[in-house]
Amino acid sequence: MNPSHASEPAALPARHYLNAPATGFMSWANTRDHKRVGVMFLVGTTISFAIGGFFALLIRLELLTPGPTVMDAMTYNRIFTLHGVVMIFLFMIPAIPSGFGNFVLPLMIGAKDVAFPKINLLSFYLYLVGAAIAIYGMINGGTDTGWTFYTPYSTTTATKVVPVLLGAFVLGFSSILTGLNFIVTTHTMRAPGIGWNRMPLFVWSIYATSVIQILATPVLGMSLLLVAIENAFGWGIFDPARGGDPVLFQHFFWFYSHPAVYIMILPAMAVISEVVCAFSRKNIFGYKAVAYSSLGIAFVGFFTWGHHLFTSGQSAVDAGIFGVLSMFVGIFTAIKVFNWTATMYKGSISFKTPFAYFVGFLFFLVFGGMTGVALATLSLDVHWHDTYFVVAHFHFIMVGATLMAFLAALHYWLPKITGRMYSEGWGLVAAVMVVLGFNFTFIPQFLLGNEGMPRRYFSYPEKFWALNVASTAGASVLGFGLFIVLVYMLVALRWGPLAGSNPWNSRGFEWATQSPPAPENFETTPVYTGGPHEYDEDAVQQPALPAAEPKHV
Amino acid sequence: MNEILRRMLWLPEQASEHARQVDGLHYFVIITTMVAAFGVFATAIYFFVRYRRRTDEDVTPQVHPRAIHEVLFIGVPLALFLVWFAIGFPQYVRLSLPPPDAQDVFVQGKKWMWKFAYPGGPNAVDTLRVPANRPVRLLITSRDVIHSFYVPALRLKMDALPGRYTQTWFTADKPGRYEIFCAEYCGLGHSSMLGELVVMPEQEFDDWVAAQRRNVLAAAQDGGPSGERVLPSSNVVEEGRRVAAEQGCLKCHSVDGTRHIGPTWVDLYLRQQRLKGGKNVTADEAYLTKSMMDPAADVADGYQNVMPTYQGKMSPPEVAAIVEYIKSLRTPAVRSGPTEGPAYESIPRK
Amino acid sequence: MSETIQSPLAHHFESLEKQAHAARLGMWLFLATEVLLFAALFAGYSVYRYLYTETFVAASRDLHTWVGLVNTIVLITSSFTVAWGLDHAARGRGDRTRLLFGVSILFALVFLAFKYYEYSEHFHEGQLPGRFFTYEGLGPGPGGPIFYSLYYLITGLHGIHVVIGMTVLAVVGWKAGRGRYTAEYHVPVELAGLYWHLVDLIWIFVFPLIYLA
Repeated sequence: MNPSHASEPAALPARHYLNAPATGFMSWANTRDHKRVGVMFLVGTTISFAIGGFFALLIRLELLTPGPTVMDAMTYNRIFTLHGVVMIFLFMIPAIPSGFGNFVLPLMIGAKDVAFPKINLLSFYLYLVGAAIAIYGMINGGTDTGWTFYTPYSTTTATKVVPVLLGAFVLGFSSILTGLNFIVTTHTMRAPGIGWNRMPLFVWSIYATSVIQILATPVLGMSLLLVAIENAFGWGIFDPARGGDPVLFQHFFWFYSHPAVYIMILPAMAVISEVVCAFSRKNIFGYKAVAYSSLGIAFVGFFTWGHHLFTSGQSAVDAGIFGVLSMFVGIFTAIKVFNWTATMYKGSISFKTPFAYFVGFLFFLVFGGMTGVALATLSLDVHWHDTYFVVAHFHFIMVGATLMAFLAALHYWLPKITGRMYSEGWGLVAAVMVVLGFNFTFIPQFLLGNEGMPRRYFSYPEKFWALNVASTAGASVLGFGLFIVLVYMLVALRWGPLAGSNPWNSRGFEWATQSPPAPENFETTPVYTGGPHEYDEDAVQQPALPAAEPKHV
Repeated sequence: MNEILRRMLWLPEQASEHARQVDGLHYFVIITTMVAAFGVFATAIYFFVRYRRRTDEDVTPQVHPRAIHEVLFIGVPLALFLVWFAIGFPQYVRLSLPPPDAQDVFVQGKKWMWKFAYPGGPNAVDTLRVPANRPVRLLITSRDVIHSFYVPALRLKMDALPGRYTQTWFTADKPGRYEIFCAEYCGLGHSSMLGELVVMPEQEFDDWVAAQRRNVLAAAQDGGPSGERVLPSSNVVEEGRRVAAEQGCLKCHSVDGTRHIGPTWVDLYLRQQRLKGGKNVTADEAYLTKSMMDPAADVADGYQNVMPTYQGKMSPPEVAAIVEYIKSLRTPAVRSGPTEGPAYESIPRK
Repeated sequence: MSETIQSPLAHHFESLEKQAHAARLGMWLFLATEVLLFAALFAGYSVYRYLYTETFVAASRDLHTWVGLVNTIVLITSSFTVAWGLDHAARGRGDRTRLLFGVSILFALVFLAFKYYEYSEHFHEGQLPGRFFTYEGLGPGPGGPIFYSLYYLITGLHGIHVVIGMTVLAVVGWKAGRGRYTAEYHVPVELAGLYWHLVDLIWIFVFPLIYLA
């Protein structure tokens, strides 16, 4: 915790992005600084996570008994729909890329900002507008279609599905603009010395995420718009009573939403590549393997959507093709997992909170990822489809992997973003609660799926009771652990000890600036002579720090 | 061994050979998953212990993979996943190839019940009876939104799509009663769209079908000139109860006072029913009949307008029988409303 | 013409050249997203064309092909005038750019006028989308309503993009006329041109797909 290479600073740097070029509401509302945009996204997505998490606790509360517990069926159906919509569109997709990506990516490539700072700000406003429209729908009763909006239920329901769909449509554009910005930034704004094969692995994975964002999101936007039009005006192409094909919607929807799950996991993998190197004080084991596997996931991920339709009556040939391709997409994750683990070999490992989340991430990614491949094994999916097995699988990845990575990123980069450090003791306590609580919440759900409990069930036969109680108990521990994180993080923001420019002694490129960074990141364009995370004898921090530390007033 | 693993993994009974084979693959897949996950996790923990940080200035060697490493990292999982596929795909294909001598059953999902029909009769609601050891092909469709016909004990599932028929098949070999669930979200009653698969020994099944067809035939022969069904039983209330169960009324209306998707039938007759929009109406025979024929007209306050119409689906004697049944559902000890005093009308003054 | 112009170089770019390159790359990526937006609709059209072949073929024939052809020529010509305007911008003649962009906008208005004419014909005949469809000339069956649902969705979405394109051309053309761009840096004119060419290109796919049976 106490870096031995420099004493703790007496004060924050005089000038940093939080107090320059100006302070006050308007300076934030009109900012062109990627760091401020990143912070705003982090705040927005964290609030959304709290809302979605609140819905999750309500779900688990309702499922505590086989019959009605605290609400009626219609309310429950709306709550699980909103849980999905809020968590996926308002948290999982934007949190790491638009939050941490925005903050850290330009720093990592020696750039002063992203390629299009005004479009960056626009993407944040689109996030707010999309969220507002969706929340308006929620407040007016919400919808009960599930976040998957399957037709013809969604095109014929009288619930407030149209605002929720339109909110998601607008959020899609926020996502597209962020992705567009990152791709152009990565291509055109790397400082001298950062070739493609010397970029931090975080940048590689965010780049792959951005490619998916710009290619897949428009198709989702169109599909949701079609459902909204059909629901509102009664003309469309999915109503079977008028010759439409309801399964066509499923194809359109999953063409986006399957790559979307890679939008949700690739940024998490981006973070983990950074964390494992920094806390093992070690270069990554197979740089090219990890870098190119991100592109592999993005590419192959586009061809596997049919594995969500194995029981929809499609032909066995189609199912077989999608099944085989799904096997391939799992390989890229396996490559990363093995390379990350091998990175620890002969490292110098420090078990700080970010690393604790990495270890949890590793187990959950392997188990969750392999249950995903298991689900793609056709005959098994016939039993598991639309049961709690699927719910457990995707929560293992989305919560067990992505959320853990988000928390790792939060703890790793808090010192860079705020100049302050959190309490390591509480960090480890909360990490243990989160990991244990998570296990107790979702492992029973795998078993419930095996038993045959379908998804989205308000009431259930008594034989499913015990496992549901166990799951709710775990959820309470998980929720409480996350609440503890919130508390000590807020405390750290105000009263945390000053961290200095590089408390982790990390050789990641973003650490070669003051904490918090200056508004323009670098006064002069830095030059890089080595790769990121090189900790051997001859390596030095990249880029080379200026001769004297900036004066602290 | 199969039984131990099946119980450890909370899998339901295996009511067919297909279920047993799928479970075999399941055990293989889950065991290798757990081995892999724990293996990676244990390796990480071991590396953490062995390579703990000594000082913050530690220097570490640059370690790069040799080609063989990445070949193994790719090759081993790929081989494993392809083996899973090679076992699972033929099992899946088999589900789409029913044998030509399979007995057909038509399945129709609708909010929120399952209707079954055998070619040549009879029909059933929510209970599917099949013979053991004979292949049965299900031709599945939906009346409204997408549902999904799911029998965990058979490891069988197929979506019910509106406007189209999907098919699947099975050969159950263990007589017993197994749950049927709806596995595609379909609205308010999604989790109460439960059914029961009754696997009967072959002879019993044949006898049952024959008896059912005789009843139907007898009823048809006794029918009036217009061909309407005449209720064979002389107890109208009992008939009403039977028809109500058959027509699926009891999916939404309870007979024990529980509030469900529709108002309970207990003490319904002659109750002051508050309607959406504030009007009050007495639930007399006319109201009850109208509710069956045109349910959207007078929706009860606090309930959703989701009741389908039964116009043309029941003969007048059947409708009357249901009304009689509802009339019979009283709890004499329970007062349905506050005591009312006598009502005075003011005397018109000239 | 124009006095000293403030350098358009933004603070976070090293050079004007890099900035221009980034802007172009960004625009191409954005165009890719637009293509995918339409691709979803084209995919839907293809599926239903396969399912209801005869009705779709008959409905295509029913459309006024000559109007579609005229509209195609109008749009292609407007793309030509936009390219010509860009050429002038590259030579520093922003006033000519404004003129030519104005001409392109007029062509776009002609396009929209023809579409208006077509739509009113359709409304008159009862060729409306989905449940509003009352036209009898295509026989019973769902093919007609579905064809027209897709017709309005595709041409409607395209029409919206024509309007957006016109707005972009108007803003950029006006700025060019005010001397905001130079021969060295006229990237916004390029980007406007790229967007307009995409709008034209999409129509070039729509026309054979929908009009030519």
